[in-house]
Amino acid sequence: MRLTCPFSGDRDSREFSVRGGAVLERPEGEWSAEWDAYLHLRENPAGESREFWYHDPTGTWLIVTRNTVTHEVLSVEPAREPG
Amino acid sequence: MRIAGRGLDPEGAALAFSFDGKRLSGREGDTLAAALLANDIRLVGRSFKYHRPRGILTAGSEEPNALVTVGEGAGAEPNIRATVQELHDGLVAVSQNRWPSLERDILSVNDLFAPFLSAGFYYKTFMWPRAFWEAIYEPIIRRAAGLGALSGQPDPGRSERAFAFCDLLVIGAGPAGLMAALTAGRAGARVILADEDARMGGRLLAEREEVDGAPGPVWAAGIVAELAVMENVRLMPRTTVTGAYDQGSYGALERVGHHVPRAEHLPRDCFWRIAAKRAVLCGGALERPLALPDNDRPGIMTAGAVRAYLNRWGVSPGRAVAVFGNNDDAHRTAADLCDAGVKVAALIDAREDAETDLDVPFHSGAVVTGTKGRLGLTEITVTKGGNSHTIQADCLAMSGGWNPSVHLTCHMNGRPVWDEDLLAFVPSPGAVPGLRVAGAANGTFSTAGCLAAGITAAKEALGELGQTAPDIAVPEAEDRPYHIRALWAVPGKARAWLDFQNDVTVKDVTLAAQENYRSVEHMKRYTTQGMATDQGKNSNVAALAVLADATGRTIPETGTTTFRPPYSPVAIGALGAGAEGPGFAPERRTTSDAASRDRGAPMIEAGLWFRPSYYPRPGETTWRHSCDREVRMVRAAVGVVDVSTLGKIDVQGPDAAAFLDFAYAGTMSTLKPGRVRYGLMLREDGHVMDDGTAARFADGHYVITTTTAAAGQVMTHLEFARQVLRPDLDVQIASATEQWAQFAIAGPLADEVLGAVLDGGFESTGWPFMSHGAVAVGGVAARLFRISFSGERGYELAVPSRYGASLYRLLVAQAESLGGGAYGMEALNVLRIEKGFITHAEIDGRVTAFDLGMGRMVSQKKESIGRAAAGRPGLLDPERPQLVGLRVKEPDQALFAGAHLFEKTAEAVRVNAQGHVSSNCWSPTLGTHLGIGFLTKGPERYGETVRMVDHLRGAEVLCEVCHPVFFDPEGGRMRD
Repeated sequence: MRLTCPFSGDRDSREFSVRGGAVLERPEGEWSAEWDAYLHLRENPAGESREFWYHDPTGTWLIVTRNTVTHEVLSVEPAREPG
Repeated sequence: MRIAGRGLDPEGAALAFSFDGKRLSGREGDTLAAALLANDIRLVGRSFKYHRPRGILTAGSEEPNALVTVGEGAGAEPNIRATVQELHDGLVAVSQNRWPSLERDILSVNDLFAPFLSAGFYYKTFMWPRAFWEAIYEPIIRRAAGLGALSGQPDPGRSERAFAFCDLLVIGAGPAGLMAALTAGRAGARVILADEDARMGGRLLAEREEVDGAPGPVWAAGIVAELAVMENVRLMPRTTVTGAYDQGSYGALERVGHHVPRAEHLPRDCFWRIAAKRAVLCGGALERPLALPDNDRPGIMTAGAVRAYLNRWGVSPGRAVAVFGNNDDAHRTAADLCDAGVKVAALIDAREDAETDLDVPFHSGAVVTGTKGRLGLTEITVTKGGNSHTIQADCLAMSGGWNPSVHLTCHMNGRPVWDEDLLAFVPSPGAVPGLRVAGAANGTFSTAGCLAAGITAAKEALGELGQTAPDIAVPEAEDRPYHIRALWAVPGKARAWLDFQNDVTVKDVTLAAQENYRSVEHMKRYTTQGMATDQGKNSNVAALAVLADATGRTIPETGTTTFRPPYSPVAIGALGAGAEGPGFAPERRTTSDAASRDRGAPMIEAGLWFRPSYYPRPGETTWRHSCDREVRMVRAAVGVVDVSTLGKIDVQGPDAAAFLDFAYAGTMSTLKPGRVRYGLMLREDGHVMDDGTAARFADGHYVITTTTAAAGQVMTHLEFARQVLRPDLDVQIASATEQWAQFAIAGPLADEVLGAVLDGGFESTGWPFMSHGAVAVGGVAARLFRISFSGERGYELAVPSRYGASLYRLLVAQAESLGGGAYGMEALNVLRIEKGFITHAEIDGRVTAFDLGMGRMVSQKKESIGRAAAGRPGLLDPERPQLVGLRVKEPDQALFAGAHLFEKTAEAVRVNAQGHVSSNCWSPTLGTHLGIGFLTKGPERYGETVRMVDHLRGAEVLCEVCHPVFFDPEGGRMRD
């Protein structure tokens, strides 16, 4: 598998590690059902999936959109715009 | 039998080799199979299950029978296909799966038991008595069945791995592949042309055909020569593309050192990962054997293989060859034999309407219904319309049609589709993104068609990459149509083999159907058809046809099993190349590594790092002697240890303080520059991830430390916090672990060591506990931290890594002059246990700040990672096991980390466990065995006696629960 890192270009999958579904909205305040969902609940789609991936050599967190059925990578974006 | 003047290298040099101890001679350019046939050796192996005598069936990598062991001693390699192994001078090959000899194999009695060994026999025959299965039946069956054996010694051979990148990967260098590579090469694209054969040209090397007026092999050599001088083209002969993976990744096995006498410098194999923007599969097609009764005798082979041996190597596999087929290839074979002057005993065509111009005994509408010859074919029986007669023949060439090599197109879940005209599966288009299929692999069986398809495929692929290919005329070549009539199995009483390698017959498949294993997947597993090293290349389609027939379905209705990587066997040693022994993982060494080894310190692995265990001195016979001395030395004088392996992360930016407040459970924004604070980092689920210190250098500049074990994890975690959770904060982080060499100087005489080492001496006023600042050593700017992991007065001195080695020697020399010296990990561990300091033995991923007695360190005044989750009632339950110290009641009894804790009289079973010991040591300071661990309601139970039980080591020890800080609980030694 290969991913095109927006900063480093086309790279082999062994440079990356995956962290699971990309849930961006971190809850606020004390423990709640929202926290439980944020920590523990993830969709398991057959199809398009948005995931956090980490590019180890550059320390970059990425949001990868890919198809879990065909393994097609639809987009790779940085989690945070550089700056 | 060699035919004079025939073959591609008629004047090739003679090569000496041996087979089963017999000294033989072959010719340069031969495969081992060709050389054996040239020496009239037809019997080369025994079959897997029945130990039937077997010969050479094919001329390629799909060979199921002719597996031999090549080489001698520890480096001998079993299961080498004789059809792939190139002959070299001095090659030693031995046959397999027979005893005492190939001709007289005791276990050939298995063949007599064949009625008991049919499909699924192990599910039926050996059912009773039940206890016999593991003890008797299975070992016997395992011994009897099998192929070659490993030497049982470490393999002296080594392999390599490599990476390659290209615009277009062309897989296979037959007519289609050569034209595809030429088209892309001339267009200037980066091309890799890989072919499993040593010589490129594919089927052209095995046929008598002309391309553009030149003999096929000559034309192919011309194209290869043109490609070879193109800088943008890499030719990879002897390279099998074994698998197709996501995003244009391909695996390929290059045979580097098999075709020459074993040489030290030459790896055996090289496993390539190829990243290709586009690929063209021109893998050709494989000929199917015909399932006729007793079709497995040595001397019976595919018709295409007979032509290959004849035309490429100048070898006739027989002196009187019968040819049998259901398509035109049988006629082509007979014609080539006639041309070479080999006697054609008969040409048998199953098609009623077949005709021939050849002057050979011809039987149309006839089939071969039997064969004879124990160790090699002597006679066949031909039947036409109910009348049979026998024909003397020592070779039978059979052609059941051709199967396109669709394998790679199945590697990403693609299912091939049935073509009724070809009676074969062809690839479904787009089965592997970026991969096209051209030529025979796509069901185009004429040479002209293949040449044209190669050009087209390359042009289309380049077009997608925005490159333009020049116009290339399709060379003139043979363009005959392909005619075939369905014939899968010839009925008869004797067994007809489908899968030669796994000894699966037509009867086995029909039996599977009878017993209701009607699904092709069930049939495969029940009969083991297609599960040998040839992965069903020779048998899948015929077995499917037999199953379809037995279940009254069409072939498309019956479906097909799929092909998985690798295309042909890959040695594990090739896949793991470079990762054996010390190369298994990278090694990280500290700047003091050499000095520690010079002092005889055994090194211990900590993650990828190597750290000294202890420094043995004369007279010390066990690690404990050295460790106890080093502990006493630190408590009484001074010790030096390298702590560079701890992670160091530089945090800078206007929001550095806010960022660390968010990352740590505690508050770091209130820390003043010049001060150091201890902190816990939690995971978002509220459990402790790591601990360490933060030192503030300026308002917007901190340096934090992590444990050695979690350095990488913490860095990833902080990057996640910075990039994903808090992109609003203006902060940058960078690992500085390897940039700084850092040494702990601990003990009552630590100040004296610093005084001797630091520029301008050292005065401890102005350096309170948990302070830090800039110093200089020999003119080099350094950092000094007053922190302690030993409970003694302690400092950590950091210099840029390039000065680490010399500073370490300097510090140790100064310490030794004061009665101190270097200490290692064992002593470091004892020192910290005596003080109740935690490591990852305690922070094991299940532990909370509350469990550690540090619940109040989770600040509620600010938001931080894990704060909300750490407040869950279950994580604050007083019943949770919490950190305690454990002191044995009998001084000579040791505690064991990992052992469980029970109430004094409770039965030592899981439900009664109240906690566990996480760390233990002998304390030379206190003269007793100590432990720290976790105990239910621990802090309320100081003074209580509990029982440690270690079922693994058979130990039971009573111990007293106490505060985890055993030594100097007020901390005066390190603070004042």
